[in-house]
Amino acid sequence: MAVKFQRPHSLCDVRLHYCAGCTHGIIHRLVAEVIDEMGIEGTTVGVCPVGCSVFAYNYFNCDMIEAPHGRAPAVATGVKRARPDLNVFTYQGDGDLAAIGTAETVHAATRGENIVVIFVNNGTYGMTGGQMAPTTLPGQVTTTSPYGRDPKTAGYPVRVCEMLSTLSGTALAVRTAVDSVPHIRETKKMIRKAFENQQRGNGFSIVEVLSTCPSNWGLTPKESIKRLQEECIPYYPLGVYKDVEIAEANADLLAMGGAAK
Amino acid sequence: MEKVLMKGNEALAEAAIRAGCKCFFGYPITPQTELSEYLAKQMPKRGGVFLQAESEVAAINMVLGAAGTGTRVMTSSSSPGISLKSEGISYIAGSDVPCLIVNVERGGPGLGSIQPSQQDYWQATKGLGHGDFHLIILAPNSVQEVVNLVTKAFDLGEKYRMPVMLLSDGLLGQMMEPVEFPEITPSQADNSAWAACGTKMEREHHIVNSLYIEALDLEEQVKRRYERYAKIEETEAMAETYLCEDADIIVTAFGATSRVAKSAVNKARAEGIKAGLFRPITLWPFPKAELNAACKNAKAVLSVEMNMGQMIDDVKLALDCRLPVSFFGRTGGVVPSPKEVLEELRKLNGGAQ
Repeated sequence: MAVKFQRPHSLCDVRLHYCAGCTHGIIHRLVAEVIDEMGIEGTTVGVCPVGCSVFAYNYFNCDMIEAPHGRAPAVATGVKRARPDLNVFTYQGDGDLAAIGTAETVHAATRGENIVVIFVNNGTYGMTGGQMAPTTLPGQVTTTSPYGRDPKTAGYPVRVCEMLSTLSGTALAVRTAVDSVPHIRETKKMIRKAFENQQRGNGFSIVEVLSTCPSNWGLTPKESIKRLQEECIPYYPLGVYKDVEIAEANADLLAMGGAAK
Repeated sequence: MEKVLMKGNEALAEAAIRAGCKCFFGYPITPQTELSEYLAKQMPKRGGVFLQAESEVAAINMVLGAAGTGTRVMTSSSSPGISLKSEGISYIAGSDVPCLIVNVERGGPGLGSIQPSQQDYWQATKGLGHGDFHLIILAPNSVQEVVNLVTKAFDLGEKYRMPVMLLSDGLLGQMMEPVEFPEITPSQADNSAWAACGTKMEREHHIVNSLYIEALDLEEQVKRRYERYAKIEETEAMAETYLCEDADIIVTAFGATSRVAKSAVNKARAEGIKAGLFRPITLWPFPKAELNAACKNAKAVLSVEMNMGQMIDDVKLALDCRLPVSFFGRTGGVVPSPKEVLEELRKLNGGAQ
């Protein structure tokens, strides 16, 4: 009988610790499928963060390194500079990437570090029980913004792809979501593009995936998806913020007198 | 091989390249500056990587990444920068990966001064980050010994799968002395059992990690690390003794300060004071047995340091307080003079002369 669907080889055959309805499982699977399809499991090193995906080293079958909180892009830089022949990716949450690791993120990007960053944004510190994150929306109630995030005292959410798209070293900055089948398929396409960028030596590629946290949002998985669509996506518009290959193609077209895409 | 005149910081950098160091990650800080600048020039020409990170925090994590792949890697900094690196150092120790960390010490606390100091003895030997762990700490006292200990530092780190610190200071880093570079035996380290450098689909995946969420697992992991530490304490302690055999007073001093202390010992001997010098070369492991042997005929011990008295704790512990141990030091970037140390020796010998 022909096999129609199975666990990607790049995902270990273990039980994940994520809460019911959490979208980390989908995103893990997409990364693993891309690694399988590109045939790069044996030459890939993943770097996991501190946060809900801290145990990702037990879930991906490739070699893995666990980084201190926020430092995954620096650890990945060390791996890639020492061994340029390896494919290197980080898998980070919003607290890790956009608060404590902001400097590491921005500088890995501006150096054009030839790595892939998978950025899972669900607007909360899930592992520690739902505190306010750098990406928590204005008005959103968390355990450390119990009256709702007030930008007057707690500042505004960080829009990571918009910020990184201004840096010359960024090859790809794209925001996707895992709220629907078409968006999940688009997310996988972008993850593949990020890994292909690395193989072509294009530089820093970040795929920001808008995700949910039913446990800490206090919603059912279904309600969480609805909130993602109705509240998060409008604040964090999906799309390609920078794609150096499209930019170069457009420059070529313009040089030839054509119209940019 | 002929000798060349080199600054301590540059000689250290050259020795690291010759020792097969492939990657350097650092962040600018005085007084280690020449070390990074030398590597910035030389690494690209000699098949290595030089990268100036956005911070000390990033630099030490780049070291973690490169070390995790089994690559010979180092970083260097000076006191305030080492404080910033302590997070990463704890993770590197907890992940059991080798690397070389250089501290060209300056005055503290805080921004302190940029002059030579030994104020980071406690930090280096007891407090390089959170958790139960040690680094092997090597404390050279000449530019030649800096060179000799660099290869040893890499080899020890790989032998025991742990970070090693070479504790220099602004004096050793900035002064010039003639040095020769010994022939290097290429590293025989085999990291194939743990390095995260791609499975090639030929083995189970390797995980470089310091997290053990089950308390019993972490305890087991730490205990296994301490078994290695016990072996290191037994076999790797190093010290130099000078005129200790018949000495009434033993001066203990490490690094650049031991040079001052040696001058004072010579002057004291000329006056008929039976002084000797004990110099730990490894600060961790502290050479306890060697110190006790050196003090077998001594009546008093004087710890001379460029701080307010840090190594003196280890001297007292090693001697089990069986001898009176006094202290003399200058701090804040002030280097003690042989004359000042001699004055202390005169007092200990029964009053000023």
